[in-house]
Amino acid sequence: MNVTRGFTGRPRVQNAGLPPGQYDAGDDWPVLSAEVTPDLTPADWSFRIDGLVAAPRTWDWAEAHALPASAYEGDIHCVTSWSKFGVRFGGVSLDAFLEAARPDASATHAVAYSHTGYTTNLPLADLTGGRAWIAWEYEGQPLPAEHGGPARLLVPHLYFWKSAKWIAGLRLLDHDEPGFWEQNGYHARGNPWEEQRYSGD
Amino acid sequence: MTRTTSDTTAPGLFVPPTRFAVPGRIAVSNREAARWQTATLTEVRRETPHASTFRFAVPGWAGHLPGQHLMLRLTADDGYTAQRHYSIASPPEDAGHIELTLDHVEGGEVSGWFHTLAKPGDEVEVRGPLSGFFAWPGDRPALLIGAGSGVVPLMSMIRHHRMRSLTVPLRLLVSARGPEELIYAREYGAETTPVFTRRAPEGVPVGRLSASQVAPLLAAEQPPGGWEAYVCGSNTFAEHASRLLVAAGQPVDRIRIERFG
Repeated sequence: MNVTRGFTGRPRVQNAGLPPGQYDAGDDWPVLSAEVTPDLTPADWSFRIDGLVAAPRTWDWAEAHALPASAYEGDIHCVTSWSKFGVRFGGVSLDAFLEAARPDASATHAVAYSHTGYTTNLPLADLTGGRAWIAWEYEGQPLPAEHGGPARLLVPHLYFWKSAKWIAGLRLLDHDEPGFWEQNGYHARGNPWEEQRYSGD
Repeated sequence: MTRTTSDTTAPGLFVPPTRFAVPGRIAVSNREAARWQTATLTEVRRETPHASTFRFAVPGWAGHLPGQHLMLRLTADDGYTAQRHYSIASPPEDAGHIELTLDHVEGGEVSGWFHTLAKPGDEVEVRGPLSGFFAWPGDRPALLIGAGSGVVPLMSMIRHHRMRSLTVPLRLLVSARGPEELIYAREYGAETTPVFTRRAPEGVPVGRLSASQVAPLLAAEQPPGGWEAYVCGSNTFAEHASRLLVAAGQPVDRIRIERFG
């Protein structure tokens, strides 16, 4: 251990929900995107699942909203070391979309891509079983554009760069294919509880 | 294979404006990014009433490109750690050393330690350099727009440009509340236009960055091949500056943004 002289840090809060190396951002919700926020309206938005699926398809705003509503209430964790507790997102479980597209047995991974061209890779197992959403509401309000509105991917059990803003689609693959930040040195999976921040962690 | 009606390309279907996922400017060494190294504080320089530069000796530093950042870690004696991302202010030519310029954030756990307790000889840990996306190797004309301590990674680019005597065009628009809060004020040259939002010297206008400052750079003053734009600052500033760039005609896939969360 490499102790820093005089450093005591914040008062320790016993919070079992805080992964290692993270701090509680409180009411702040920092915006971290490397791109220009797109002017994307619900009328422009669509979401597609293709690749290794039996029934590739695209949903528009109304078709996506016709699926059963599903909410997430819990915590989110950013690789830059802030976490945010007890946030509420509304949308649709990704299971509902995948059920319609019928993934092939050979599909093991997905590349999520946004309407801006941002990409991020995920094991398919991290997107199923009620662990991922297409989210368009935050705290009961429409998701703000700078946070990925009108709709973003939400995979709260992984670092938040995996929750692609302005989500446009998922391509299912039988192999892992690094996305934008993963090509820039970030970890392929990004599990906050194992501090999978950078490639090599 | 069954296709639904919405699977066909309907008129008006949104087409992404760009492939944003342009590759990073350089490949990142994963091994270096994963390795914590000891950095020894050698010097503290006051820049403004709220910002100071901290110079470190890092003998094993593998080097970086202007615009890259690192992760810094402080450890308390009970094992508690705090880690933060910081942009690197120094140019790669400063071998074996790195400089960070930190704002004193109100209640800041890490910046508070730096501004109230840190002194030469203290040791911290760093890992990096991280992320090649915001890096500028000095190859393409660069239009830099920063506000407050958002100028830090841009200063690394300017210093690199000077130390290498590069001739590729480089311009900086830097926004600060007033002259006393302009970080690196003494180092700017003809490449820089300061923008003062609250207080300015006599004869200098006061106001936020505007189209009147951005548009000429994308018209009369645009170099052949166009600019690679680098924007760094608060999210509010980054939104404002990137919209000005887009409005003035800068392609969105040639705007790189580093936002302070």
